Amino acid sequence: MKKRNGYLTAGYILTGIIAVFVIVGFFWKPYDPTAMMTGPKFDPPSLQHIMGTDNFGRDIFSRVLEGAGSTILISICTVMIGAVAGTVIGALTGYFGGIVDEVLMRLNDALTAFPSVLLALVIVGVTGGGKYNVILALGIVFIPSFARVTRTAFASIRDVNYIKSVRLMGANPLRILLVHMLPNTLSVLLPAITIGFNNAVLAEASMSYLGIGIHPPDASLGYMLSEAQGMLRLAPWYALFTGGVIVAVIFGVGLIGEGLQRRGKETL
Amino acid sequence: MKKRITAILMAALMLTGILAGCGAPAEQGDESTPAESSSPAAKTNEITVGIANDLAESLDPHAAGSSAGTREVMFNVFEGLMKPTPEGELVPAVAESVAVSEDQLTYTFTLREGVKYHNGENVTAEDVVYSIERCSTPDEAGIIAEPALGIIEKIEALDEHSVALTLSHPDGEFLNYMTAAIVPADYTEQATAPVGTGPFRFVSRAAQDSIVLEKFDEYWGEPAYLDKVTFKIIENADSMVLSQQSGAIDFCNHLPTVQAAQLGDEFQIVEGAMALVQALYINNKVAPFDNELVRQALCYGTDRQQIIDLAFDGYGTIVGSSMYPALSRYFDETLVDIYPYDVEKAKELLAEAGYPDGFNMTITVPSNYPQHVDTAQVIANQYKEIGINVELKPVEWATWVSEVYKGRDFQATITGLDAHTMTARAMLERFQSEHGKNFVNYESKEYDRLISEAMAAADDAKRTELYNQAQRDMAENAANVYIQAPADLVAVRKGLEGVRFYPIYALDMAGLHWAE
Repeated sequence: MKKRNGYLTAGYILTGIIAVFVIVGFFWKPYDPTAMMTGPKFDPPSLQHIMGTDNFGRDIFSRVLEGAGSTILISICTVMIGAVAGTVIGALTGYFGGIVDEVLMRLNDALTAFPSVLLALVIVGVTGGGKYNVILALGIVFIPSFARVTRTAFASIRDVNYIKSVRLMGANPLRILLVHMLPNTLSVLLPAITIGFNNAVLAEASMSYLGIGIHPPDASLGYMLSEAQGMLRLAPWYALFTGGVIVAVIFGVGLIGEGLQRRGKETL
Repeated sequence: MKKRITAILMAALMLTGILAGCGAPAEQGDESTPAESSSPAAKTNEITVGIANDLAESLDPHAAGSSAGTREVMFNVFEGLMKPTPEGELVPAVAESVAVSEDQLTYTFTLREGVKYHNGENVTAEDVVYSIERCSTPDEAGIIAEPALGIIEKIEALDEHSVALTLSHPDGEFLNYMTAAIVPADYTEQATAPVGTGPFRFVSRAAQDSIVLEKFDEYWGEPAYLDKVTFKIIENADSMVLSQQSGAIDFCNHLPTVQAAQLGDEFQIVEGAMALVQALYINNKVAPFDNELVRQALCYGTDRQQIIDLAFDGYGTIVGSSMYPALSRYFDETLVDIYPYDVEKAKELLAEAGYPDGFNMTITVPSNYPQHVDTAQVIANQYKEIGINVELKPVEWATWVSEVYKGRDFQATITGLDAHTMTARAMLERFQSEHGKNFVNYESKEYDRLISEAMAAADDAKRTELYNQAQRDMAENAANVYIQAPADLVAVRKGLEGVRFYPIYALDMAGLHWAE
């Protein structure tokens, strides 16, 4: 029988809980996250405001829901851009090799040479901040790591017998890549996506924290954390809850990634 | 398996920890320099002052575009023939006395004996002539003429110790402009190594980092108590608080209330009035703000008391025009409530202007001033009520100066404007249509006329009346959304005494001393 995978279960539960909150948060929040004076300023957690209020009397729970929503949305979009573009590049270079491989992978190396957040900062510095520019910037930054991972996976199965056979049967390269090879790279790709997602959460948080990502009054976890830092002594709960949610998201998705990796090893 | 879970959790915690840590790099960097002053037990006679932004590129007192923050610090280095007192009066400084002729056209200044520059030389009558001419009719690049000095017809050194100025027509505020810095005539390094006659002399400057002043031993007046003052530039307000708590900073003004509330027992907060008008300054030339109705709607839609309550903990005085209450003579209380908070009225005006469903607007805010960013957030929230969707664009100070103040490329911004002399003119002149500093692009023929007449008026009462009419003109046309004269919260390390507030932007260090 298949061994139960504790990482995966725990990861699914934790991520699931957060996902439920965030999805509910898209449709309903106890207060408008930007509405001021919903209660006293710096009100500690209570039944009315389960995470307390900030310096404008805004409800922190509503803001955390909103912030987690936009952080997670940005991260998902970022990872999608990175994973799709990265996989395309990885597949082409890994399968065909040759001059395409050389050129693309050297370009890739050049991108990797920049510290990722720094590169994202440069892009946002040029395009200006805001949700969509952050997604674009982080997406570009995330392409190289996906490209490298998938390239290795594709290259390693390029010359195995069953691929050779399909090739001899005359299947076109697109079919070979999508139908025969892609599913076999999932054991590498899925953990890479979870790791990428976590990095994206942190990258978005750092950028907004540094004030170059999301603009107020929009909320994101990183921006809220930087706000919270300014009132650490007056409203410690603000930083605790905001930081706590970031930790929970990363921990949950990290567990799923670990679980997927283990399952991948077992099935191989 | 347990180990792996712990490892993942640790990694997650550490990564968030990095985020929380990276906001305060200044704190650690600071500790090495002011180590001597850090422990209150070993009080040396020097302090470190935290300031929120770097001074202007040129420290030349007559240079164009010097910011309020620059003047505030350089107040310690330069003096004019006259200088202001905390009470808002003018007293002779480099001059010992001044005699005004009966027709108010000739001012004769007798220079004080033994006033020395920081480079050791004596102040001469030629220097005074040079300095005033440099301000009134400059022939150097980067120095812009002070319009108020345009009425000087003749300036001459009568002898070694007296200078006479002849004016084309009387100006009751003329002496205020004689606070212009007196500098040595043959000295050319003012921009980088300023030399004046003030109680402190300039020692060094590291761009974006610090400015060091030392006590000037040969100062003519009451000497400063402190031997050395380091102005440390800390743009991030949170880092500022951390620096204060770590002992790196002893003094800091213009503190946001949230930060002030978090200082420990080692500090006391002294409250004074900040000599500026905080407002939502609107670019009167770009649509839809070129429409007076829209601007009035913004005024009606702003709950100024809520801004003061939320972003300033209730400290601050509501204003209704470009004048702060400390200049009491020109402060017109009837203008304060010309636009009471009225959402319905605001909506009506917007509909009348052709925007029944509101519009989107961008408020550019200098991000190093949390007060302005907070104000912008409250306003953004308030404007939602009248259907205006506000996007905030926080920019660095240097960007703000070049984009908003000089480039005039903005819709609306929040900042504070001060008067560089204690006159209504300094506050109001800049909004004349063609004025180089009219960054809000205000255009009103009536206003231009009133200000010109006020500046030319000889009679005090008449001048005051004209300035008040000009203020009313601007308020009625809703040039800007005037908010408040903010309170100035100054955090002072316990034991440090002698904080002085001025009706102009000045950070006077001369009176500060450690209590015995």
